[in-house]
Amino acid sequence: MKKQTARLNPAGKRVENMAEVDIKNYNINFGPQHPAAHGVLRLILELDGEVVERADPHIGLLHRGTEKLIEHKTYLQSIPYFDRLDYVSPMNQEHAFCLAIEKLLGLEVPERGQYIRVLYCEIGRILNHIMNVTAHGMDVGALTPILWGFEERELLMEFYERVCGARLHANYYRPGGVHQDLPEGLADDILRWCDNFPKTMNDIETLVTENRIFKQRNVGIGKVTAEECYALGFTGAMLRGSNVAWDLRKAQPYDAYNDMDFDVVVGKNGDCYDRFVLRIEEMYQSMRIIRQCIEKMPKGDVLSTDHTVTPPRRANIKTSMEALIQHFKLYTEGFKVPEGEVYAAVEAPKGEFGVYLVSDGSNKPYRCKIRAPGFAHLQAMDHVARGHMLADIPALMGSFDIVFGEVDR
Amino acid sequence: MVSNQETLNDMGDAIVRALENEVHGFEVALGELTVRARADKIVTVLTTLRDEALFKFAQLTDICGVDYPERARRFDVVYHLLSLKHNIRVRIKILADDETPVPSVTDVYPAANWYEREVWDMYGVMFDGHPDLRRLLTDYGFQGHPQRKDFPLTGYVELRYSEEERRVVYEPVKLQQEFRDFDFMSPWEGAKYILPGDEKADGTAESGGQES
Repeated sequence: MKKQTARLNPAGKRVENMAEVDIKNYNINFGPQHPAAHGVLRLILELDGEVVERADPHIGLLHRGTEKLIEHKTYLQSIPYFDRLDYVSPMNQEHAFCLAIEKLLGLEVPERGQYIRVLYCEIGRILNHIMNVTAHGMDVGALTPILWGFEERELLMEFYERVCGARLHANYYRPGGVHQDLPEGLADDILRWCDNFPKTMNDIETLVTENRIFKQRNVGIGKVTAEECYALGFTGAMLRGSNVAWDLRKAQPYDAYNDMDFDVVVGKNGDCYDRFVLRIEEMYQSMRIIRQCIEKMPKGDVLSTDHTVTPPRRANIKTSMEALIQHFKLYTEGFKVPEGEVYAAVEAPKGEFGVYLVSDGSNKPYRCKIRAPGFAHLQAMDHVARGHMLADIPALMGSFDIVFGEVDR
Repeated sequence: MVSNQETLNDMGDAIVRALENEVHGFEVALGELTVRARADKIVTVLTTLRDEALFKFAQLTDICGVDYPERARRFDVVYHLLSLKHNIRVRIKILADDETPVPSVTDVYPAANWYEREVWDMYGVMFDGHPDLRRLLTDYGFQGHPQRKDFPLTGYVELRYSEEERRVVYEPVKLQQEFRDFDFMSPWEGAKYILPGDEKADGTAESGGQES
């Protein structure tokens, strides 16, 4: 039975017995081309007025079959695919793949190689967090930070370029270390950048962190408790934002992270704002690690000298026939990896990035499953977005730190 | 690696003791613990591992499939769990095929939802009791399960915009040149094929020549 109500019509006259109309829920399509979707996300939202009742993300629009392609490539040829997953912090993912191969091979990495890897992982973390923090700001209306942030990102990408020749798709890490040593003067330039960067960060923080509008859009939005985080498989900043001090760099240290002195940053409330502030603080921690890396960096090889997996030095190839043959064999046949399976995970900027590698003893991976942190975060969208307003969705997307390269693979 | 051999062995023993009827056994290799479990008991296994104080594997890191086409039950479904309390990882493996559904673990770990959808999409392993078992990564209306070993890398269909029909159309894949999957395995180190020109070699000569 419909309720009968008396109302005033717009002209102010009393209208008797007007039937109340049931308002139907709206379904709207957020994306696939939406500037706040951070890529190609089709998000079906069921709205009651402006309140989200259900969110159903449709992903896979950027699916390239990376895992299938890797099964058809040798181990060395597979490394570039990892740059193209989370293209905001490419080297961190190569790291996970190299660690997995090294674990299967039982390969030791020379100390200088480990330090360079840690150094570039932290540069990657800053690259990612600048992108995320400023894009998050832009999603809720602050346009300036992203313009300032990108200047800094460009400087960091120059460090990428100087060490491996590419700004973005580095292909720099190798099983057994890194491809080549740092060029002369690079370490000093990185230190100089570390001196200047806090000023830019300070400017960005002045604009955003205490901004009333920014806080209204983020404080108390997208709250998740620690229990929910466990159940939903959250890792990285999403987990730490809910006051769980869990960081793989501390809990299961890999490479040279054992020698580094840094703090694990945690949030208190587990909302979008905490995650934002946490990422800013993580950048300062990364800078601490970068400084320590450069100060403590030992001399020596950067790549393992086990020449069944690493190429001989260029000078050797010119003089030694065996080295030439070995070089040719390595880049055509590749190296064989003993049978077995491993799971290697790193603390990528977005969370736990893992590689589950199954080898059948041949020169190609039998199976390579990529565990992307963004995948778990995005699938929780429905759980977190329920009951929020439509306008909160961009803030949520921003604080989830989603890049479709790794979600869709 | 943090967890040493001994802790992993202890953990494996404890798991086998707590779930005698549900798991087949465990092994520790390369510093990692792998437990083989019965497919129909996977919900009990994961619930126990999540809740018991001894284990507390609070987080499901990943679920993935692996295809071994030569086996009768050709798929492995692999669950990776992480205990933040004990700082230890465990890998649970079960066998599956494309006919018998595996019980879904979405009630134990809500995070399993998309992982199971992905395994269904990529391998065609069905999950019983999953709330919404749709395809996840492939296109709407996609046919087949692309991560299976017998699915070609190039796929079966390709996509283009048809000017006449004014929409995107699917067509069978046409390659200008046959897809070349080079095999660089050395013939001296156990390649499985007959070398060109070596077809007439009998079994004895072959085995003599190819033993490594």
